[in-house]
Amino acid sequence: MSAALPRPPVIAPGHTPATVTDKIAATVLDKTPRWWILGFAVSFLILLMFLNAVAYLFVKGVGIWGINIPVGWGFDIINFVWWIGIGHAGTLISAILLLLRQQWRTSINRFAEAMTLFAVACAGMYPILHLGRPQVFYWLLPYPNTMGMWVNFRSPLVWDVFAVSTYATISALFWFMGLIPDLATLRDRATNPAARTIYGLLAMGWRGSAAHWHNYETASLLLAGLCTPLVLSVHTVVSWDFSIGIIPGWHSTIFPPYFVAGAIYAGFAMVILLAVPLRKAFGLEDFITMRHMHNMAKILLVTGLIVFYGYLMEIFMAWYSGNPYEWYMIYNRVTGPYRWHWMALIFCNAVAPQVLWLKKVRNSVAALFVVSLIVSVGMWLERFIIIVTSLHRDFLPSSWGIYHGTRWDWMTYIGTIGLFLTLFFLFIRFLPAISIFEMRTITKADAPEAEPAGGGK
Amino acid sequence: MTKAPAPLSAAGRPLHGVMAEYATPADVIAAAKAVRAAGWTKVDAYTPFPIEALNEALDLHHSRVPLVVLCGGLAGGIAGYGMQYWMSAIDYPLNIGGRPFHSWVSFIPPTFETTVLFAGISAVVGMILLNGLPRPHHPVFNAPRFTAASRDRYFLVLTADDPSFDVVRATAALRATKAVNISEVEE
Repeated sequence: MSAALPRPPVIAPGHTPATVTDKIAATVLDKTPRWWILGFAVSFLILLMFLNAVAYLFVKGVGIWGINIPVGWGFDIINFVWWIGIGHAGTLISAILLLLRQQWRTSINRFAEAMTLFAVACAGMYPILHLGRPQVFYWLLPYPNTMGMWVNFRSPLVWDVFAVSTYATISALFWFMGLIPDLATLRDRATNPAARTIYGLLAMGWRGSAAHWHNYETASLLLAGLCTPLVLSVHTVVSWDFSIGIIPGWHSTIFPPYFVAGAIYAGFAMVILLAVPLRKAFGLEDFITMRHMHNMAKILLVTGLIVFYGYLMEIFMAWYSGNPYEWYMIYNRVTGPYRWHWMALIFCNAVAPQVLWLKKVRNSVAALFVVSLIVSVGMWLERFIIIVTSLHRDFLPSSWGIYHGTRWDWMTYIGTIGLFLTLFFLFIRFLPAISIFEMRTITKADAPEAEPAGGGK
Repeated sequence: MTKAPAPLSAAGRPLHGVMAEYATPADVIAAAKAVRAAGWTKVDAYTPFPIEALNEALDLHHSRVPLVVLCGGLAGGIAGYGMQYWMSAIDYPLNIGGRPFHSWVSFIPPTFETTVLFAGISAVVGMILLNGLPRPHHPVFNAPRFTAASRDRYFLVLTADDPSFDVVRATAALRATKAVNISEVEE
């Protein structure tokens, strides 16, 4: 933090608690803008395509997908890992950056948390859809049954059920708790009686009592402390789904840290992808400033380098292990039938983000959007490479095969993007996309001598 | 309202307290300190965002949320581990790859998750219940300008359950602060 280089502020000057409240509440309480109706309609159409693909899946079974032996995990698991990784940035912003007292997180944490929630909803769909008999998905849980059996707690797949369901629950609670004071604000501002009643019910009678804030702040801090190891555990457990197997390319201790870094990388790319249109559409440039864009770009650069290091170490360890199957797996990954996927992955995740070293790029919202888009594609390719190139040629050439997604795979994948966007459009229309009460805490203009509570929730 | 003669408002209805409105956080903090120093014990403040200095001014030191979270976390951890031990080693011991029935290392990740799950639920539910919520109706909502408490105004209330409560004295005490508006709040 050099004093010689003043950084852009986390909130444009001149804002007071009143202006912040009015501006953000208006995004919810004003008339529905036309861009919203258009965006929602397009998203909803894509969601309908998803429902179509899932309905056909239920009729025909997983044979409509490209999966077969030897590649039994395809788009379903690729997309599961991709979505769950995207969710991680939301928790990182709301929990880890809160504990680190990073004030700039304030204006992006709410919609990043919503992003987490919706990404986990999309992710959670895939393991169930790929079960083959999705109607008995509850067999994943330990419940008393007439067969007298329990799940196998020595399997990372069972750990994953616990990790993902805990993550979904805690993310939803954290998000809802953060919303309570803002729901009270909307209850007090809404003129429509139905809106007032609904926001009032959800706010549960929150009235901003000092004693309540005291408990609230304590609970937020504790929840942040709990979420921090939780978010690291979730992608670690996801990576164990692979690394505890003995498949070449999966059986590696580098997976947990490399997956977590990749998750944060993909997640921040998605936060930028959402923040850029959001601040433009609602005119929120005062709150989501260039400072936020800069910081997120830097995180993207750092996590991208960690991920690249992971790629290099994977290659090094395959050679250093002296294991011919591991070494062949890398050789096949780089020169085999999926070499173009691999090269595109290296371009997207390792080469393209290097432009973020340039201040000019970090200063351009459009450039950041494009880089984030490339990174999102790259992270999808990463999961494709990890899953498909490891499975399609393992030990005996007699069992080798080739995998491609079918149009049903693509429809399901693009369909979950529709689900994600539909939920996100509903969210920004009915709930404040920026935490109002936390923004009030960073407008110190009208109270120079009072020190408002540090981070808020 | 367990105290015998309930104080009445000017209109003759039971009184919740006397409320003062402030324009800045600094004013409400100073006022809270002043009325506490003057001997008022039942004081509550309502603010649009958390203000740490108010906790001290109102003597709010010990939140019970951490204790609730600790209990929830311990319960979750014990329940999670106990469930796995009972299911894998007692109720249905299954030999998988020759590993021990009580594979405690494998039981750690789910135990961690159940610990966080129970602790997290305890934090949110505990916070809500300790705050006496959900409670959609509360006397302070009767105050005409109270909706500003969720925008840019700061309120201080001397409530009528103070044993030495008296409307005239309470109003006078608040008038001595930088209040911009003082009103009686009916039950």
